[in-house]
Amino acid sequence: MTTRNKNSMKIRLKRASTLTAVRRIVAIGAVVTLFGCATAGNPRDPLEPVNRAIFSFNDGFDKAIAKPVAEGYRSAVPSFARTGVTNFFSNLEDFWIAINDLIQGKPAKALDDWTRLFLNTTIGIAGLFDIASDLGLEKRNEDFGQTLGTWGVGTGPYLVIPFLGSSTLRDALSHGLVDVHADLVRQHRRVPARNTAFALRTINLRTNLLDASRIVEEAALDKYTFTRDAYLQRRQSLVYDGNPPRDSQSSLDSDEVDNALVSEPPTVPDDKTSVDSPAPSTPLAGLPISTQQ
Amino acid sequence: MKYFQLLICLFVAPAFAQEVAPDALVRGITQEVVSIIRQDKEIQSGNSRRIAELVDAKVLPHFNFQRMTQLAVAVNWRKASPEQQKSLTQEFRALLVRTYSSALSSYRDQAIEIKPLRARAEDTEVTVRSEVKQKGAQAVTIDYEMEKTSSGWKVFDVKVGGVSLITTYKEEFSNQVRDAGLDGLIKTLSGKNRQAESRSRT
Repeated sequence: MTTRNKNSMKIRLKRASTLTAVRRIVAIGAVVTLFGCATAGNPRDPLEPVNRAIFSFNDGFDKAIAKPVAEGYRSAVPSFARTGVTNFFSNLEDFWIAINDLIQGKPAKALDDWTRLFLNTTIGIAGLFDIASDLGLEKRNEDFGQTLGTWGVGTGPYLVIPFLGSSTLRDALSHGLVDVHADLVRQHRRVPARNTAFALRTINLRTNLLDASRIVEEAALDKYTFTRDAYLQRRQSLVYDGNPPRDSQSSLDSDEVDNALVSEPPTVPDDKTSVDSPAPSTPLAGLPISTQQ
Repeated sequence: MKYFQLLICLFVAPAFAQEVAPDALVRGITQEVVSIIRQDKEIQSGNSRRIAELVDAKVLPHFNFQRMTQLAVAVNWRKASPEQQKSLTQEFRALLVRTYSSALSSYRDQAIEIKPLRARAEDTEVTVRSEVKQKGAQAVTIDYEMEKTSSGWKVFDVKVGGVSLITTYKEEFSNQVRDAGLDGLIKTLSGKNRQAESRSRT
């Protein structure tokens, strides 16, 4: 009797939680469509107003705290020690990188990654020295988001995550639900050591990005769109290990609204159309202008 | 005899400039620029005028800035008057040169590898691939999109780590034009350039 009651309670609770989950999804959907209608911006960024707000929060945090700390770290810690820190954390990643290479159907690369891990952990003294790179075993960049990408999962909308920055629905979910469990630093059981390692890794990461962020600061007219478009292209390139299909870059094209609205990239990039067209003899050949006039 | 050599140089040099394969061209320039940076302490410490001089002399002649600007301005280029087109090219060029110079100043001693070209002999547009190797991190790829012109191969887009300069600026430019028109875009570009100039002077 009591067990039956309990069971029916459980079922009711489950139903209730499913209902709230459904309601939440509907609510998120409504918000997405609302903002989608409100902006005439990039179709891959329907949440732009929210993203922009989080972006400026992140930017403020970076200017006030992260960047000054990174600059202090760079001037206080000598270069060889910083390289050691970078190598150490980079070495820990290689195990998960290898697994991703394996499940992406690249066993030879996975073997390389494991060889890297073995060499750097032993001869490279716990990963402080990147001996493997000197021996020609190149470091790779893989994560579960890229793995999903190679399996054909689309990125979903662009997202800006508080403190972490640029992401997409696919990358954020795969990072939050999968990658973190394979993160050896997070899995470390002793809390003080874990927190120290985590802080050191974060500061070191920001320090390694000081030059890049300075360049973005100088190059961008609007830091938000610049960062977003660079991130989306970068991820696309990583999914294809640096050789994305040529078409993919025109998914960002804004001169052809029809192309921009469909998720599938157009088959012919507009930059190339006129190359195949007859008599491209003017200096303007290779441009949309010569085909459309 | 000396005059004869000079004469040969005069006639052969321009012809040779056209014959250089695009990957060999990129390799040559890269080696030259890198060896200059390695020897120049002022460039390493970030002397922006010295870097700009180097870029001006060695790198710029191999870029087609007009085409880069046309591609980045995209559909709005047709709506621009010749004067607007001229100032767009001028300001975009200044912006790119400054960004490029800034990137060069953070170069230390990373190994740069120019990949052998994979293209047919009759191709008039090719991609020259290169890699900047760095310790403890994945190599950064730098791809140069190049076109054959009457004055040799010229770069019209650069992709760093898969991020195309032109594609990125295309979106920025079209937003600016949508919000403030072509003159608004020119104003933003020149404002950014002036701002950077005054910063580098102080």
